[in-house]
Formats: sequence, C-alpha cells, structure tokens
Amino acid sequence: MSALPFWLMAGGMALAAFAFRASFLLLGERIGLPPLLRRALDYVPAAVLAALVLPVFVDLHAAWSAEDSARLAAGAAAFVVASRTRSVPATLVVGMGALWLLQWLVVGVGPGG
Amino acid sequence: MRFARRDSGRAAGEGPTSSVGIGLRDGVPIALAVIPFGAIVGVGAVQAGLGKLQAIVVPYIVYAGASQLVAYQLVRVATPVLVILVTTTMINLRFTMYSAALARYLEDVPRLWRAVLAFFMTDQGFVLAVHRFESERPPARRGVYLFASWLPIFVSWTGSAVAGVLLGATVPPSWHLDFAVPLVFLSLLATALGDRPRLLAAVVAGTAAVVLAGLPLNLGMLLGSLLGIAAGTVLGRAALAGEGRP
Repeated sequence: MSALPFWLMAGGMALAAFAFRASFLLLGERIGLPPLLRRALDYVPAAVLAALVLPVFVDLHAAWSAEDSARLAAGAAAFVVASRTRSVPATLVVGMGALWLLQWLVVGVGPGG
Repeated sequence: MRFARRDSGRAAGEGPTSSVGIGLRDGVPIALAVIPFGAIVGVGAVQAGLGKLQAIVVPYIVYAGASQLVAYQLVRVATPVLVILVTTTMINLRFTMYSAALARYLEDVPRLWRAVLAFFMTDQGFVLAVHRFESERPPARRGVYLFASWLPIFVSWTGSAVAGVLLGATVPPSWHLDFAVPLVFLSLLATALGDRPRLLAAVVAGTAAVVLAGLPLNLGMLLGSLLGIAAGTVLGRAALAGEGRP
C-alpha cells in the first residue's frame, strides 16, 4: 500500500480509537451521567459482545453450507463450556477441537459443504 | 484461568503488590488466549497487500483487531481511505461505551495515567476489569490492577501480530485458526451474562445484529448493541421496581 493513503488510514484509525477509549475516562468528571444512562452502561458488555459475535456464526445473507453448521455447532459447544467453566483456555480447546472434529467428519462423509 | 467468583481471603487493606498479582493472574491467561487473534490480524495485513513494516506498525498504534480486519478486507478491494475510516470509526465507537462504563472506577487515578491506560483498552480487558471491580474482593489499587492485567495482553497480542506478519504464509488454512477469534469473544460473552437483564440484552443485540448484518458501515452491529442495551436497561429497571427499589 503506498505511503500517503496508508498513513492517512492508519493514523486516522489510531487517533479515532484512542479518542473513543480516552473519552469518558478523561472527561467523565465534567459530564455527569444521569442515573438511567449509568444503569444502561451495565448492559454494554453483554450487548456489544453478542452483537459482535453472533453474526459470525449466523449469516442470513449467504447460502448455508455444511461448514457453517460445523462452526455453529462448535460455537454452541464452546459457549456451554464457557458458561460452565468460565475459562478462556478451556473454551478455546473445546471450540477448536469440536470444529476440527466436525470438519473432518464433514469432509470425510458429506459431499464437501 | 477462572473468572473467580471469590478472591483469596485477603483483608480489605491490601497493598499495591496484591493488585499487581491479581492483575497478572487475570490478564496473563487472556494474553495467551489472544495469540491466535493477533496472529490472524498480522496475516490479514500482509494478505491485504501491506508491506511488512506497515503490517507491523498498525497493531501497535491502532490496537483494535476487529476494525483492523475489516480495514484490511476493504483495502483488498481498493476502497477509498475515507470510507475505510468511516467504517472503522463505527466499529470502534463501542470503546466510548467501555470508557463511560469504566470512568466511575478510575476517578482516583491521576488523569495522565488514565490517558495512558486508555490506550490499552480492549473488549477482553474491559470485561475483565468490570468483572473484577464488581467482584466480592476488588483490588485496592484499580489503576495498578489495570496496568498489570492489560499490559500483558498488549504485549502478547501485538507480538503475535508481528509473528503473523513474518510467519503467516506458513500456517495451513485447514487449521481454521481464524475460528479462535470468535471463540475468545464467545467466552467473554458467556462471562458477561450475569443476570436475566444482561441475558436479554445479549439475545436482543445478537438477534438484531444478525438481522441487520446487511447494513453498510457495520451499522448492524452498532444498532444491535444499542437495542440490546435498551432492552437490558428496561428489564433491569422492571426488576428493581418489582423489588420496591427506585
């Protein structure tokens, strides 16, 4: 990528990301949040993470393939493990393991997704 | 690693070293877990046509993997820089929400340190922090805790990105290492579902994001998040009202 567009892009992204991250940490004392908004903040992690993650597993705009089913099943298994164990490494092991197993079964058995 | 429901039995007047210890204990497992994520971002940059130096610089100065992956995809199809900036801005807007949610915990931290800490904020780091600060025995020194837990994640993730840039061509695609990225987010989601309103927030947000996925500029994710937050807030208020509290 040529130099000027690259630095405009990278620099712009860097500045915006930092500005957002620092925003309320630096300004928070001067901008008192109404109680309703304060309570709403409690739901930010659950909502944002779900909005980020679910579309990766469920894509309504593309044709569904066996590979997608494998990913969805592996993701569901990983989610159950995550809820029970609260352990990131365990979730990764189960999720990747389930995916590899299902991929192998799919490739071995089906017409190939 | 466990998102511990209970700390060890320390007295409330613990010193700063305990905050460091708790921070490291929380942060290092996450640091290890994000290695595939960093590596994928590194590989993605090179595949998009960035030079090695460019591919290495971006993770260090932007440090926002989700937006970087989208930016790289857009670079591949020769998208104008302005469009890339608008799109990634939408994706990274969620950091404002994290910032607002964390502000209340860091009022005792000097402003300069808050600015430095802000640079290392991530989805994982945010969820970790809120979980720990709301636990039964939060660390005494929150700023110290955040440095101890967030820095290892930064070092690990950016280091993995560099490794991805330098070694990426050698990893076989059949390994599906890209699947590790949603898995990390999935595990964080599971730990964030502490009560019914949060569960509702996640269900509404996730469903809306899936349905609205066709919208440009990642608006589906943003709108889904807002709807989910609204739903959780409403149910949360109803629950409190039911208990006779304002």
